[in-house]
Amino acid sequence: MSKCLISNNIRKLRFNADEMTQQELADKTGVTRQTIIAIENGKYSPTLELAFRVARVFNKPLEEVFSFDLKDAKNKSLTGKRI
Amino acid sequence: MEGKMYRKESQILVTMFSLILIPVIYALIVYNKYVPGNPDILNDLAFWGKRFIVLVPVMVVALIVIHIIFAIINKIVTNQDIPVITDEMDRLIDLKSIKISRWVTSVGFLLAFGSQAIGMQPWVMLATLISSCFLGGVVEGIVQIYFYRKGI
Repeated sequence: MSKCLISNNIRKLRFNADEMTQQELADKTGVTRQTIIAIENGKYSPTLELAFRVARVFNKPLEEVFSFDLKDAKNKSLTGKRI
Repeated sequence: MEGKMYRKESQILVTMFSLILIPVIYALIVYNKYVPGNPDILNDLAFWGKRFIVLVPVMVVALIVIHIIFAIINKIVTNQDIPVITDEMDRLIDLKSIKISRWVTSVGFLLAFGSQAIGMQPWVMLATLISSCFLGGVVEGIVQIYFYRKGI
């Protein structure tokens, strides 16, 4: 299984948003709680649309919610591993 | 996420066990009813064709009933509803698992026709064909649970 290179601050943002539950975030973004858990744990990289939906819930720009580790991605490319 | 069974995963497990149990029980009933007095019927393709056509609605009804019972038990035990929405992660997992299950079914088809190429009895081909269809469904479930647990 390829390692997810997209990290996120969803857990922290939920905490700052009056301790919003995973289920509440799932309801607001139109996905299941299981998907939110997978994103938070770095086990699933959301589509651009879902990423924007999540960012909109927290009223933050996309890059404050999600970040991409380019350095790690380059290392993996050089070693021939799948990104 | 690991170590805890989610509703979606338990739903997949219920489907997997149903896909194994229903055809096995049906095959046992048909076998015990028709085969002991007439062993030649095993190679009667028309007979098995009719039994298979009956199996399809039996499977559909049984799966619906099993899932209704599962939803009721789940509601009583956990006080939570079964998720009705299918989101992007579910669709991605579905696509990948269906692709793998198709391979399993295709191998079954090859083995089924291969059995005829080496002169085995016709019932071997039928049994392999039908088994590969259900095995494909079971493999699909296993792959889905794997992706839900390990990530995709």
